[in-house]
Amino acid sequence: MISAPDVVAFTREEELEDDLYREPPLPEEYSVPLFPFAGHGANPWAKVAGSKFTRDFILISEFSEQVGPQPLLTIPDDAKVSGTFDLNYFSLRIMSVDYQASFVGHPPGSAYPKLNFVEDSKVVLGDSKEGAFAYVHHLTLYDLEARGFVRPFCMAYISADEHKIMQQFQELSAEFSKASECLKTGNRKAFANELEKKLKDLDYTRTVLHNETEAQKKANDKGYYTTQAIEKANELASVEKSIIEHQDLLRQIRSYPYRKLKESEFHPYEPECALDQADTGCDQDSAPSDPAEPGETHLYSHIPSYTPKLIKAKSAKCFDKKLKTLEELCDVYFFTQTLDQLHHIERTFRGDVCYLLTEQISRALLKQQSVTNFLFEDVSFLDEKPPEKQYRGCQGLGQDAMDGKCLEESLTPKVVISLGSYKSSVECVPIKMEQEMEDSEEPKMSESVTSEPQENLDYLDADIKGSISSGESIEVLGTEKSGSGLTKSESQASLPVMPSPQAGRSKVGSRRTVSEDSIEVLSTCPSESLIPEDFKASYPSAINEEPYVDNDDERGLRFAPRLSPGIVDERDDVSKQESLVQVDAACCIGKESPNFLEPLPELGQKPCEEDGVVRIPPQPYRAAEQGLRGTFPAHDGVPGGLLPYELDSRYLSGSREVSKSSLDECSDSMSYISSAASTCSDRTPSPAHPACQAGERHRKRAGQNALRFIRQYPFAHPAIYSLLSGRTLVVLGEDEAMVKKLVTALSIFVPNCGVYTKPVKHWVTSPLHLVDFQKWKLIGLQRTVSPAGVNVLHALSRYSRYLSILDADSKTLRCPLYKGTVVARLADHRTQIKRGSTYYMHVQSILTQLCSKAFLFTFCHHLHLPISEREPEESVVNRRMNFLKLQLGLANEDVKIVQYLAELLKLHYIQEPGQGGSPLLRFDYVPSFLYKI
Amino acid sequence: MLRWLIGGGREPQGLAEKSSVQTVGEEQIQNPYTELLVLKGHQDIVRFLVRIDDCRFASAGDDGIVCLWNAQTGEKLFELHGHTHKITAIAPFSSSDAFEEKKHLIITASADRTVIVWDCTSGRQVQKVSCFHSTVKCLTVLQRLDVWLSGGSDLCVWNRKLDLLCKTSHLTDAGISALVELPKNCVAAAVGKELIIFRLSDSNNESEGWNVFEVKRLVDHQDNILSLVSVNDLTFVTGSYVGELIVWDALDWTKQASECNFWDSSVHPDVQPEIKLSQSPNETSVQHLTSDEKCVFAAVGKGIYVYNLQMKRVIACQRTAHDSSVLHIEKLPNRQLISCSEDGSVRIWELREKQQLPAEPVPTGFFNMWGFGRANKQANQTAKKMQENTPMYFLELVGDLIGHSSAVQMFLYFGELGLATCSADHLIILWKDGERESSLRSLTLFQKLAQNGHLQLK
Repeated sequence: MISAPDVVAFTREEELEDDLYREPPLPEEYSVPLFPFAGHGANPWAKVAGSKFTRDFILISEFSEQVGPQPLLTIPDDAKVSGTFDLNYFSLRIMSVDYQASFVGHPPGSAYPKLNFVEDSKVVLGDSKEGAFAYVHHLTLYDLEARGFVRPFCMAYISADEHKIMQQFQELSAEFSKASECLKTGNRKAFANELEKKLKDLDYTRTVLHNETEAQKKANDKGYYTTQAIEKANELASVEKSIIEHQDLLRQIRSYPYRKLKESEFHPYEPECALDQADTGCDQDSAPSDPAEPGETHLYSHIPSYTPKLIKAKSAKCFDKKLKTLEELCDVYFFTQTLDQLHHIERTFRGDVCYLLTEQISRALLKQQSVTNFLFEDVSFLDEKPPEKQYRGCQGLGQDAMDGKCLEESLTPKVVISLGSYKSSVECVPIKMEQEMEDSEEPKMSESVTSEPQENLDYLDADIKGSISSGESIEVLGTEKSGSGLTKSESQASLPVMPSPQAGRSKVGSRRTVSEDSIEVLSTCPSESLIPEDFKASYPSAINEEPYVDNDDERGLRFAPRLSPGIVDERDDVSKQESLVQVDAACCIGKESPNFLEPLPELGQKPCEEDGVVRIPPQPYRAAEQGLRGTFPAHDGVPGGLLPYELDSRYLSGSREVSKSSLDECSDSMSYISSAASTCSDRTPSPAHPACQAGERHRKRAGQNALRFIRQYPFAHPAIYSLLSGRTLVVLGEDEAMVKKLVTALSIFVPNCGVYTKPVKHWVTSPLHLVDFQKWKLIGLQRTVSPAGVNVLHALSRYSRYLSILDADSKTLRCPLYKGTVVARLADHRTQIKRGSTYYMHVQSILTQLCSKAFLFTFCHHLHLPISEREPEESVVNRRMNFLKLQLGLANEDVKIVQYLAELLKLHYIQEPGQGGSPLLRFDYVPSFLYKI
Repeated sequence: MLRWLIGGGREPQGLAEKSSVQTVGEEQIQNPYTELLVLKGHQDIVRFLVRIDDCRFASAGDDGIVCLWNAQTGEKLFELHGHTHKITAIAPFSSSDAFEEKKHLIITASADRTVIVWDCTSGRQVQKVSCFHSTVKCLTVLQRLDVWLSGGSDLCVWNRKLDLLCKTSHLTDAGISALVELPKNCVAAAVGKELIIFRLSDSNNESEGWNVFEVKRLVDHQDNILSLVSVNDLTFVTGSYVGELIVWDALDWTKQASECNFWDSSVHPDVQPEIKLSQSPNETSVQHLTSDEKCVFAAVGKGIYVYNLQMKRVIACQRTAHDSSVLHIEKLPNRQLISCSEDGSVRIWELREKQQLPAEPVPTGFFNMWGFGRANKQANQTAKKMQENTPMYFLELVGDLIGHSSAVQMFLYFGELGLATCSADHLIILWKDGERESSLRSLTLFQKLAQNGHLQLK
């Protein structure tokens, strides 16, 4: 619902209006810091210099037996996307790490060539020089003409943002598996088809040869065999053998364990295809009767159409033959399906990683609000394609992720199983920490710190476990030399423990090392620093590496300076500490920016204490947040949303270069933002979820229209009130386009009555009936001058008590009076919001507030039912009204909005899942008034 | 409002249409019906609603379908198909046998000259009778005798098992339009202008059971009798097409009182004859009668009249209660009266005692205060005449229900469950008290929560 790019604007808005009404701060999981250089028109999502391509793309490569690794196609298929990026080189890289145990050929001890149905391998690799990180999915396709019958392919999702790849690994893997499965299914069919033909050919060849031999025999009465005859006989024999071999191959390919397909992993990429497979699952021979691929249907019925060819005895195993294209390999239908799927993937993962994460978090959160989410959310997109992992993340994450130090890794697949080997490191850590702590002033700290390692390790374990359990080998071809010490996993295990600002970065390293067994770290190019080279490469502008170099040298000391700024500040905000922070900052930071020397206002300080928080991308929803707050009191007090704003103002004057050289914590913390943000290879942050892409566009447009509406019409408030209180609003007008536009604009205010019905009708030309008001809460109605039009108006006037009527032509509104305050916040005509989608989100947030109020109201037992048996109904009513007015702070007509929403909630909750439930029409006998411009 | 819509005129609030019909305005504090459910099931005009028990009712109409509904939830329980033509009469028939469980039956008569008995619990057809020579136009159940009567061109008496006990000879081609049960095993049947009293008696032969014979013919009405209602054991009332209302003694079938055209000339001697002439008979026909112990409420043309039996005169009236003929009225226990009309609206009236003003009231100002239109001046005059000795009443419009797009044929009052109305627009609307429904839903909600184990009361 709220996505990163818009949160920026949103928080600003909040800031401005904060005096007017005390808004609760943004939920912490949404606390995305602002970009400090926004004031200069810099695009915080600007591409980093390191990468040579402008946005994420998908590359399909092949390891050709003729020319070696070669790129086949990119998605999107646009030369601009890959830019100067060397696809050939990258193909070489990604194809060089194929660890599929694909072996086809004559296994020792077997007479015939054997097909191996190998699992795809899924690999993550990075190339810092190119600034590219990739999720690489290797798969093998069968080709009768290929060497060993196999053609290795790979699909790679290439992004400049390593985090994105790592965090979305599970999703990427799932999505690419679908694509791969689609390709392979098609390939198996094509391969079987090819074999059939080949067999026919062979059969035919055999007959021809046989006839020839017979003829020779007859012709030859000399009693001995000519060399010709022997040759023919040999040829015949080899054809016979070949037939047997091919039959065997055919049997093998048909005996592909389809059972496997139906198991958990594979989700059919297309419903029709699913059917398809269900059909073919039991009997592979009967090819699916899919209309989309007539050529494929019923192999046998098509046999007559194939005229066998004579096969030359000496098949040319030479390089001049043309290899089949991917399309030929897996038949057009499946190929296009796969392309669709890949486009889908591209759309899904397009955009900044924090956008993706926020989206996922929002959806996970929304999913949990099953009681209220139907009201204003587009539930349809919640239903489809449940983000499997995300849910797990939300639950499993509870313990560890309280503060920002538990990094983005927490998003990677997570099954919390602690491995024995890490236990030991857990034990040693607290001691180490304590020892460090002694240096710092407050003994209290240690205990707060000691609790952290546990968590960090938790997540570490989980992280590793995840990578192990995923069954695929994750390989990080880090091009950096990750520091010699890093390879020692035992020592490195303590790394993530340190609650230092760079923890995140260090963990990147540690993750690789600790999990050595399952994750390969191949360092290919030397680099001195501990910071992964890729970071250097990607975010050169924002990161100064030196402190880390220092830290690397004196590992033990690293904790102290890093800890104190964070934790000391957390303990209390006494100004005395501020100076200390500065000192700390100064000592651990090599250079200082001039502005850091001047005494900082408290607000300016915040970033320092906060930087752990700031540096993280939004975390998945944390269930245990409450409990953890006790341990880290300082962290929860800081509304993350505010912080960046302050930062922003502070650094408004600072240029990029300044901040680069200024090594204070703030810039450090900001660097993450900028880097994380900038790694987004897509300049235009676009919908993360493809399913709601249309919805997104709709929202944008609706938001824009709504903005225009509230600016244009002074009586927007009563109109919106009508919608929110369940009174049908009819937009009357002659011009269809205008009416529809208004309806679209207003539709964002319409509460849904149920999951499946969106009570908006954009255009109606016939007279309305009562039933229509039951179904639709917002109707666009045509005004005509014809007699039929008079009927339409008669109906309107007859049912006027159920309706509010917005006359788009004469710009009048007839509806009940509204004197509440909620709508005023919802639709302030002086709002500073410019963008449609931002306004949409603003609306959503206020509607969500309303929902929560309605939820409270609905589910408070004593508000609706007497406490004791004898309590009179009046006192319940009184209590109810008091609650609405005093507790929920609703004024006048706002009460009715909440009551209406509560009614919808009740209906929704009561309703049995199976039946739709008859729609009610609730109404009030209230006078209407006429509003004019 | 309409004018505003059409012309975008200047005075949209000038809602007061030029019609003389009293309007209540948009604010209806006393109108409890703030929620409605539209019940769809019929394909043609729905003409009849009949209550089966406390929470079920049946509807029937021109499509020949009988639907059973739950009055609380609006759920359609059964759709009974059996008739091929429109349904002309429907009557509930509950067995009152103490020893067996209560069995709810309904009897329906149709233009296809059949009568079907349905079981409401199972939704099955119990039995079908198709030996009629003409369409059965009315059905009456005599619970006391455990028989039911069908009235068409003749009167038949049936027992529960659908054995024809006895029948009269052919009466008229027009047939019996209404039947009402009278004391002493008598029934009154309205046949055209005549009112015929029949008596049922045990025949001397035990096995035969019953005999029916004509006792008396009453020919006091000038025109066809449209409505017939029994007030109590001593009185019944008939109303005719030309606006005659006659009160009869139920025991000796003598005329106790009558009001002929009382809605205009008798009470308004000063009214010019032209007006009377201009009134089409349709506007004075007594469409429907209902009564409580003290009063008879008559739907006469577009108006509603309250006739006090003791005082033997009209004590209150609303001459243009609707825009069009009133088809059905009902007295509620709480001094309220509901009427429905061809104009598609349902109106709720309250019979109020007028504040007795010691001095003579200002002729027009008084009524203007109540929002009465000019047309009610006459009523005003009526009132003025009456005010000398008796308490005065008037019908105050407290609410109207607008939902149907065509004539509302009938309605059924279900107490606090609400009100069901049926209409020529094929719909049945269940009007409900929104507040009550809301709290009921809350109750259900918390019950469900408790069921799911999510409820923790502290």
